[in-house]
Parts: sequence; structure tokens; C-alpha cells
Amino acid sequence: MNVPSISSAPLQPLSNLLESIPLEVVSLAKRFGQVQAVDGISLELRGGECLGLLGPNGAGKSTLIRSIVGRVIPDEGSVSVFAYPANTSEARAALGWVPQDLALYPRLTCRENLAAFGRYHGLSGGKLSESVAWCLDWASLQDRAGELAKNLSGGMKRRLNMAAGIIHRPRVVLMDEPTVGVDPQSRNRIFEMIEALRGEGAAIIYTTHYMEEAERLCDRVAIIDHGRIIAQGAHEELVRSVFAQRSQVLAHFDGPPAVIGAWVEQHAGRLLDGAAEFTIEDSTLIAGLLDDAARSGLKLVDVTLRRPNLESVFLHLTGRELRD
Amino acid sequence: MIIPIVRTAIVSLRRDRAALALSFILPIVFFSIFAVIFGGQHDSTAKISVILVDEDHSRASLDLVRGLQREGSLRISTRPSSKTKEPLPEYTAASAEAAVKAGEAPVALIIPHGFGDNPISFGGDQGGTTIQLLNDSSDMIAPQMVAGLLQKAGMTSMPEVMAEKGMKYTDQFIGGLTPEQRKRMDGYLEKLRQRENRQAAAGTTPAQTDSFTGPIAVKSRAVVGQNKRNPMISFYAAAIGVMFLLFTASGSAGVLLDEAESGTLDRVLSSRITMTKLLMGKLTYNTLLAFTQLVVMFLWARVVFKLDFFTHIPGFVVMGLCTAFAVAAFGMLLASICRTRAQLGALSTLLILTMSAVGGSMFPRFLMPEAMQKAGLWTINAWAIDGFTKVFWRDLPVKDLWPQVSVLLAVGIVLFVVARRIARRWEFA
Repeated sequence: MNVPSISSAPLQPLSNLLESIPLEVVSLAKRFGQVQAVDGISLELRGGECLGLLGPNGAGKSTLIRSIVGRVIPDEGSVSVFAYPANTSEARAALGWVPQDLALYPRLTCRENLAAFGRYHGLSGGKLSESVAWCLDWASLQDRAGELAKNLSGGMKRRLNMAAGIIHRPRVVLMDEPTVGVDPQSRNRIFEMIEALRGEGAAIIYTTHYMEEAERLCDRVAIIDHGRIIAQGAHEELVRSVFAQRSQVLAHFDGPPAVIGAWVEQHAGRLLDGAAEFTIEDSTLIAGLLDDAARSGLKLVDVTLRRPNLESVFLHLTGRELRD
Repeated sequence: MIIPIVRTAIVSLRRDRAALALSFILPIVFFSIFAVIFGGQHDSTAKISVILVDEDHSRASLDLVRGLQREGSLRISTRPSSKTKEPLPEYTAASAEAAVKAGEAPVALIIPHGFGDNPISFGGDQGGTTIQLLNDSSDMIAPQMVAGLLQKAGMTSMPEVMAEKGMKYTDQFIGGLTPEQRKRMDGYLEKLRQRENRQAAAGTTPAQTDSFTGPIAVKSRAVVGQNKRNPMISFYAAAIGVMFLLFTASGSAGVLLDEAESGTLDRVLSSRITMTKLLMGKLTYNTLLAFTQLVVMFLWARVVFKLDFFTHIPGFVVMGLCTAFAVAAFGMLLASICRTRAQLGALSTLLILTMSAVGGSMFPRFLMPEAMQKAGLWTINAWAIDGFTKVFWRDLPVKDLWPQVSVLLAVGIVLFVVARRIARRWEFA
């Protein structure tokens, strides 16, 4: 994979770029009618860092992103981008937003779309041409530059959507579920684009409800539920803080559901999609557990021993699955 | 199996307010408009404005003036209306002609000096002082009605004169048919026949010529549009043009709704573009689009219908830009009010067809009852059509367009400001 160097095009000049924190959110709250969409969120994003916002649909991720980008006015709290308040021209110049929706002009070509958004960000002349060329290269859309956006495949539209968000070469990039609805191959291509961007020093916030994406791309993960950050840290650190050295056992049994249910409850486990899940202090304890199942008349179909992951952390903290 | 399909369709229709409005409200609105215009509501039927100049001030002319004033379907003005308590001087032949040219009335009647001495005619050179009927040829109905009512007024309001002249004509024509009288009578009948034949060959109507149409001699003269090749082309180019401009403008402004729905609007507003800049950009584009449509429409009228376009360029540009601006702002307002494309489609169809019917895009406003004519002034159509009529029909200079220009610009500005305020809902959540 040949990803172009970001340094070939000039970055947005910001006088206090080096000394300020790229993004700081303090006690942000936003209510829509009866729904508290964001409830006192604070977070900080460092230069070159990728922070994953992990949470189910409706957790408040998009509202948080839209508040940062100035499209939602928070009821409380503040957002600053390189020390500039959100919605100032300096903050807008430093921020790049890749919305969840395909926010493109369908009847414009890839090149025309990029040029239009570039102009909206104040680019013109040589700088604009250079930036459009870089973005087409970054998104591997050079050979489709003259294609109408509406005629692109789903994955290409996603890539163009991302390119339009960084056409002005921002230092902080907010990506709101950029892989929604794309096939695995396109998803990998998108991951490579994000890694290239990160490698060039951009600070990224990446929202997703796919645990694997957060694990692959993000230095740190903030788990959001009901508008709050309920845990935050590097994903290994999060797993360790919740599960320490414990392991998880997933077992499928054959037998009457009521009997399986009662037995699982008796051993402080839970049933997930027909599988019994237990957290055990030591992997050697698995033998005793399975013996007890056999004594209770349950026939083991299969068993898996695994290290807990972010999904386990989420489930443990909220009692719900990530994709609920 | 049929009933479930009907039930599903009914439930869907009930929840689609746009379709409901188009199905039930629009037909009722249209029916009401047409019923008011053509439904024979006599108390509000349009009266024809007639400017009357009595240069004679004889007993016969005063009788005739009184007779005309008694006609319920005419509104006779002998002097311009004054905004102060001081009445303005009476119309003269010249000022009456100017007033018809300016569109203040479709018809002016001038009773000349000497009318009282010889008021009755049986046509041609058989006597009778000719009354001048000045008309605006864009209104084909008013002069014919006025000519007819003039004869009626003559017959009913000057009985003594009629009797006296009747005796004279009896003596002249019936008092013993000497060979000389026979010759005269035959000659007169021959003249009548020849005149009839000429009219038939020219396809003209009596009211448009100085023919014998009754006991009062009338000579009609079109003071507006006399040299126009196709009287109603400029009217319909403007009338139909404005109606479709309104549709296009609301559709084009509806792109805002598409952009809001797709998230593009959000993305644009997260750049350096503010809502005001965005809306001004859209307004500029929609104005240029509407103006271009007008140019195409009028060029088509020039090529196909020989509209005299190129000699009216300045007036066309002024009226075209003002109309396009007002129409574009109207579209922006509609788009900002509506939440969805479906809503916009229903509301714009409802409003634009109503405005077009009331504002004169479907049939001339002078055919409408007075109340409806006044209601038309609340529409963009009426002001635009009036302005284009001034340019293409009355050949008035650009400076005379100031009322239409002022109103259209003011309407455009007000609608845009309101649209901008309503668009705040897109600005931030």
C-alpha cells in the first residue's frame, strides 16, 4: 500500500500550535428535550494521538463530535481547540470533520467535491490544487477523480467523504463512524488511510461501535454510555483495570434451557446468545467448572477460554452489549 | 384481498399531510378563486374605468355624461383622483390620452366641441359629431362594452335630442320619395353595404373602426399597442414566465433541504461558510437562474412570436432582475419553512398556483372583480406582470418602473430576511 506523505502539502498555520493542547473538552453537557445526550464529558486529545470513542448507538458520541465541531451548542461546559473556543475561525481551521453521513454533492465529481469543500475552507489557487491532488492520492481516488460522486461504490464514497473532511489539512480530525456500511476490503483501506494520517502527526478522534476498530486504531479508548465516559485509557489498561488477570470462559451446553439457566446463575455467570459466560481468576479453574456442569447433567458442546476484550469491559460496566 | 390494500392506502394518505393538502385543499382553493372571478357575484364584478372629457359642455353632452355616470358597470372619471382635498383639474384630450397610455384606464371618451349642435348620426357623412374613443388594445373587451353603453346612454339620456333629430331624418329621408330622395336613399344603402363588405374583408369589429354603430358617431383609436404585432405575447411571456420561475425557484431552494438531510449542510457550516453567506450564495444563484429563464423565455417569444425584445432591453433587464430576485427570495423562504421535500412540494404548489391565479398569471387581472384585483397586489406575479407590461406594451421608460421595482425589491429583501431568521434552526442544535 502506497500512502502519500502528508508533509508534501503545508499544514494549517497556528501560532500557538506547539504549546497548546490540540483538543480539550471540559464538563460538556447537552440535553435534547427529555434526553440527556451528553452528560458532563471531559476529555483531552494530545498531538498525534488517536482517541477512540466507543459506545453503542445513541450513547452520545455524535453529539459530542458535533459539539466539538461547533454544530451543537452545549448547555454546559467548554471545548477548546489549540486553546481557541469551538466555533471560532481558528478552531474551524484546525478541525477536520468526517461526518457519519455521506455529506457530498452527488452530482459533482470527486475532484469537484474536494475543490468545493477546499474553497469553503478558504483554499484557492495552487494551494487548493495541491490539496485536492494530495487528498485524491490519500484516498486512492486518482483514477476516479472525474467520476460523479453518486456513481462511486459505497467504499469509494466513504473514502471521498473522509478526504473532503481533511481537504484543508487540519491538525485535529474528528471521524464519526467512517466505516459504516463498507465491505471488509474497503474497511482495511480506510484503516490504512487513518494510520497514514496519524503517522503524519494529526490528532484523531475516532468514534465507532466496533470494538476491533478501536483496538486496532486507537492509542486510548473512552467508553461512552448514556452520555457519560464510564472508562478511559489504553485498551490493555482498561481490560486490566476491570478484569485484572482474570480470564473468560464461553461454553455451549446441550440440555433444557431452564436447567442451563439455573446452573449458570448458580456459578455467577451469564447467558449470552445461548452461550454461558464466566469470569475466572485462573485458567486452571476451568476444569472444576466443567466437572460441575457434567455432574448437573449438562452436556458440553464446546468451550473457549479467552482474554477479556473491550467488548467484555463494556458489557461488564454497562450490563449491555456494545451493539445493542 | 382488495380491502387490505385500500386500508393501507388510506392510512398512508392520512399520514402524508402533503398529499392530503394537494388532494383536498388545493382543489378547494382553486374552485373558490375561479368561483369568485367567474361566478357572477354581481356586487363585485369589475367595473370598467372610463376617463371622460367633455369639451362641449352643451345640454346634450351633459345629458350624455350623466347617462354614462348612471351606468353601473362603468366607473367614470372626469378628473384624476387627488390625494389632497383640493381636486385636480379635469382631464383634457391630451391628459386623457396620456392616462390611457400609462394604464390608468383602458378607455377614454372625448366629447368634442360642437357635439351638442349635431349629436346624432346615422353614420358616415350624414351628420353627427364624432366622439373619440381612445383605448388600450391589450384590453379587447372594455372598448367594445364602452362603445355599446355609449349608444345605450345616448338613446336613453337624450330623448329630446333623439326626437328632434328623428324628425329631421324623417323629413330628410321619408318626406315623399322624389327621384332625388330615391337616389339618396339608394346611395346611402349602397354605402352601408360597402362598409359591411370592407369590415368583413378586414376582419375588424365595429368598435375598432369609425363605423356606424348607433345614433352616436364614435371613432375608436388605440393609443397603446397600435403598432404591436401580437398584443398578448409580452403579457403571457411575463405571466407564464413568473409562474414557472416561482416553481423553479422553490425547487432550486429545496436543494437546501436535500443538503440538510444528507449532512452536507452541516459539513459546509463547519467550514468558514456561515449561514448568512450560504443563504446569500444560494439567493444569488437562484436569482441568476430565474433571470436566465426569463431571458430564454423572452428570446423564444422574440424568435417565434416576433416579440419586440431587443428595443426593450434596459426595461427587461431591470424588471427581469427585480422579478428574479423576489422570486428567488420567495423560494428561499419556502425552503426554510419546510422540513421535507414533500412538504415543500405541497406548499409551493398550493401557494404558487394560488398566487398565479390571483396575480394574473392565468388570466389578466382586469377581467377580475375589484376585490380580486386588489388581492392580486399581494402577489409577486401581479407586480412583475405590471412591470413587464409597462416595458413591452406601454413602451414606458425605465424610470416609470419605480413602483414595481420598489415593491419587488422590498418583497425580496423582506422574504430573505425572514428566511434567514427561520434558517437559524439549521445553524446550531
